[in-house]
Amino acid sequence: MFGKLSWSAIPFDQPIPLITTLVLVLVILGVLGLVTFKGWWPYLWHEWITSVDHKRIGIMYILLGVVMLVRGFADAIMMRTQQAVAVNAPGYLEPEHYNQIFSAHGTIMIFFAAMPLVIGFMNFVTPLQLGVRDVAFPTMNSVSFWLTASGALLVNISLFIGEFARTGWLPYPPLSETAYSPGVGVDYYLWAVQISGIGTLMTGINFVTTVLKMRCPGMSYLRMPMFCWTTLASSLIIVAVFPILTATLAMLSLDRFFGWHFFTADAGGNPMMFMNLIWAWGHPEVYILVLPAFGIFSEIFSTFSGKPLFGYRSMVAATLFICIVSMMTWLHHFFTMGSGPAVNTAFGISTSIIAVGTGVKIYNWIFTMYGGRVRMSVPMLWSLGFIFTFVIGGMTGVLLAVPPADFLVHNSMFLVAHFHNVIVGGVVFALFAGLDFWFPKAFGFRLHEGWGKAAFWFSFFGFWITFTPLYILGLEGMTRRLQHVNVPEWQPMLILSAIGVGVIAIGVVCQVIMLLVSIIRRDQLRDESGDPWDGRSLEWATPSPAPFFNFATMPNVEGEEAYWGIKTRAIESQRLGPEPKYEPIEMPVHSPVGFFTAAFASVTGFALIWQIWWLAGLGFAAAIAGFVVFAWRDVHEFHVPAEEVAEVDRARRAARQKLLERLAAQEATA
Amino acid sequence: MLLSLSSALGEGRKRLRRAAQGAVLALALSGCSGVLDPVGPVGADDSRILIDATLIMLAIIVPTILLAFWVAWRYRASNTKADYQPYWAYSGRVEAVVWSIPILTIMFIGGVIWIGSYRLDPFRPLDSNVPPLEVQVVSLDWKWLFIYPRQGIATVNQLVIPAGTPIRFRITSASVFNAFFIPRMGSMIYAMPGMVSELNLQADRPALLMGQSAHFSGDGFSDMQFQVRSVPPAEFAAWAQGARGAGAVLDQAAYANLARQSHNVPPIVFRAVDPVLFQAISTQRIPPAPGPEPAAPAQAGREVSPAGSH
Repeated sequence: MFGKLSWSAIPFDQPIPLITTLVLVLVILGVLGLVTFKGWWPYLWHEWITSVDHKRIGIMYILLGVVMLVRGFADAIMMRTQQAVAVNAPGYLEPEHYNQIFSAHGTIMIFFAAMPLVIGFMNFVTPLQLGVRDVAFPTMNSVSFWLTASGALLVNISLFIGEFARTGWLPYPPLSETAYSPGVGVDYYLWAVQISGIGTLMTGINFVTTVLKMRCPGMSYLRMPMFCWTTLASSLIIVAVFPILTATLAMLSLDRFFGWHFFTADAGGNPMMFMNLIWAWGHPEVYILVLPAFGIFSEIFSTFSGKPLFGYRSMVAATLFICIVSMMTWLHHFFTMGSGPAVNTAFGISTSIIAVGTGVKIYNWIFTMYGGRVRMSVPMLWSLGFIFTFVIGGMTGVLLAVPPADFLVHNSMFLVAHFHNVIVGGVVFALFAGLDFWFPKAFGFRLHEGWGKAAFWFSFFGFWITFTPLYILGLEGMTRRLQHVNVPEWQPMLILSAIGVGVIAIGVVCQVIMLLVSIIRRDQLRDESGDPWDGRSLEWATPSPAPFFNFATMPNVEGEEAYWGIKTRAIESQRLGPEPKYEPIEMPVHSPVGFFTAAFASVTGFALIWQIWWLAGLGFAAAIAGFVVFAWRDVHEFHVPAEEVAEVDRARRAARQKLLERLAAQEATA
Repeated sequence: MLLSLSSALGEGRKRLRRAAQGAVLALALSGCSGVLDPVGPVGADDSRILIDATLIMLAIIVPTILLAFWVAWRYRASNTKADYQPYWAYSGRVEAVVWSIPILTIMFIGGVIWIGSYRLDPFRPLDSNVPPLEVQVVSLDWKWLFIYPRQGIATVNQLVIPAGTPIRFRITSASVFNAFFIPRMGSMIYAMPGMVSELNLQADRPALLMGQSAHFSGDGFSDMQFQVRSVPPAEFAAWAQGARGAGAVLDQAAYANLARQSHNVPPIVFRAVDPVLFQAISTQRIPPAPGPEPAAPAQAGREVSPAGSH
């Protein structure tokens, strides 16, 4: 009846997951209670859960990403403290627990923190920058988000019911086959990633279509802001490689469920094939994350230097170059498998060639600042911190691409330091910079500058205190994923690294305080103009927060940096353009299909993990039924009356008029 | 503008030299026990490539980082002396330089990759007048089995090798993936079930070294380490002779017991070994190691470590 599930699945004997779960359940119940008590359910349901507005979905993605980032960081604290104390000692985490923690840390950080955050920014920013009212497929967008949330839910359930994978964030067979991992951990991994992976693939399709087909009049390809280009490149990679991930994990599931032999060690299976396939997805995945991050930095360097992006066409070329070459480098993850010198040479060189694209970008950002007026606001601090951190991460990356050097430091703490160097320094710094940059557009007020700067400095130094020791340990021969350490000489560096995590934790606390202080002082920090940073792209042409229809009338773009052009003309002529004739707007109706589908997808995933076949069938049928009902809907869109549009846009024009007068007054005094 | 740029680059060059020296020093200090302190030719070549590639790239990235910070500082909004050029967003000459620097660097590194990959291919026999010693390596859950086919002996978690002699390792796994790695001897390579990989290493002088698995393989992974004793050739011959006189025999029954999961196994010496054992394991005529036992876990969905904790 209930497959493998029974009461013994719950780890009553292990205090850490038990207490964590109790606290989590209490927090969730508290939040639900508060929402019920305050009567917020109708608002949440109509305005957020069923919303198909790309900005709302983007914000929900970012919220999910931030929550999971904290969860993944908690894992990181446990890993670093365990290794610091477990020198010739067992430490406080048994191997069976420690192995789940590092597996969960990697899985969560890539699939459920970095991906939702990056996709959240793609959602929030891209349609605004393209000057359109929504993405190509708004309801599919909602389905994508809820499927990602469903995957995150399954990962968190594994804390309390059963266990998570103990095989690392990529479950290499034969270790992940039933012979060596008979528990449900790997199944939790497989189904959480499968369900969210389908959501990601749909996001990729959605944004390729949006960028190719949904630009406002005059927004030709070479007038698109850099972030839109990176969204396109990233989405193209998603569409190309996520099917590989789905197929690979499906094959591993078939091995595990039905005893097939795709990747087993015996009976004709080949585990090497898994490594090739998973990295044919896994390496491009890095660029799915980092390209939009580059886009965020491009916007910030240009805006805060008061200049257009230097070498825009060069940047576009470099982005597309990286997009293509990223799919030709996967084998560098296993030079040490013995593929032979010819293969290793080819992949070593293709890997270092990517550094050409990133190198060009670094120089173009530097020359964007050259001759500018650089404002050292919080987003700019993260961006400069990024250049320093990412360039060094890039250098150690090219080192790992040299096969004989890789033979010494493959799978070592040096490797761990390298990929944190590029993913934290590249992606996470970009996300924090972007949060500060676009927060006013989302909520109508800026984030507190002082706490933002404090968060940057603690995170930046904390990062280097954590990871410099790991580079050194890697050179001393320390390999990764050790639950305890038998070499006492390594302990000082491990302790230093744990201290670094403590410093990062102070940075995290600063971020929380920043958010609270900003909410409390939101009236002082309010962005009345809609253009708090002297922006250059179309999202700053809208009021803050942007109305649900984004633009009252479609912008007409006449050059690169669309909004900068409009703004310059207004300043020169000392007045806004003539008031347009307002017309009713058609917007897609909200739909619960995303939430509904994901709820049943979660049930299906859970049932498959525990092999409750009848429930899996039922859940799957219900999820599909949701789509069928949606497909036969009668009402697709609703009309926003012209008067409502006019009212919103006249308020915006009044604010712009004030901004114009303020700028004119500044000009007069200067 | 170009003048100030070139002066910045000149300043950068001076600082670069100092920074490079500092970096080399830091690497040398940190490597006093690790991969940068090799005892044999492979490790020496690997680590030289690692250091050379680092220096080549530091020569580029240190000036780049300094340039970035200098530009950001020079053109800070509060500096009224810096000229503001709000429309300067393209320069063919700068673009040419910007593409050339990374391309030239990578062409250089590409050469290092090409030559290094061939010269340090793990499968390539080492150049030496001394005939190589063959050692067959089997990774098990969670210990290492070393078979000396010529000497007819075998050891667990202990590798004794003659100094100055090339060692030809033939490596397989009886269960899951592992990587065979002796940091101070140089290159690592995967141990894989159903496959044999080869690795040629040499220790030039007597030394006591640490060997380990460098690829996660499950609960007992942290203790999957072995002692490596590089000894003078005469001492090695004496050790092998002595080993033949004592200990158990590694036949298929003894191997079946050894293949079961166990943690933190102390060194064992076998006085005799089934001569086709390695071949039987690597071709899987002996089926893969059993993994966790009992196969059906006591707790639903959760694995328990059969060997218990250490």
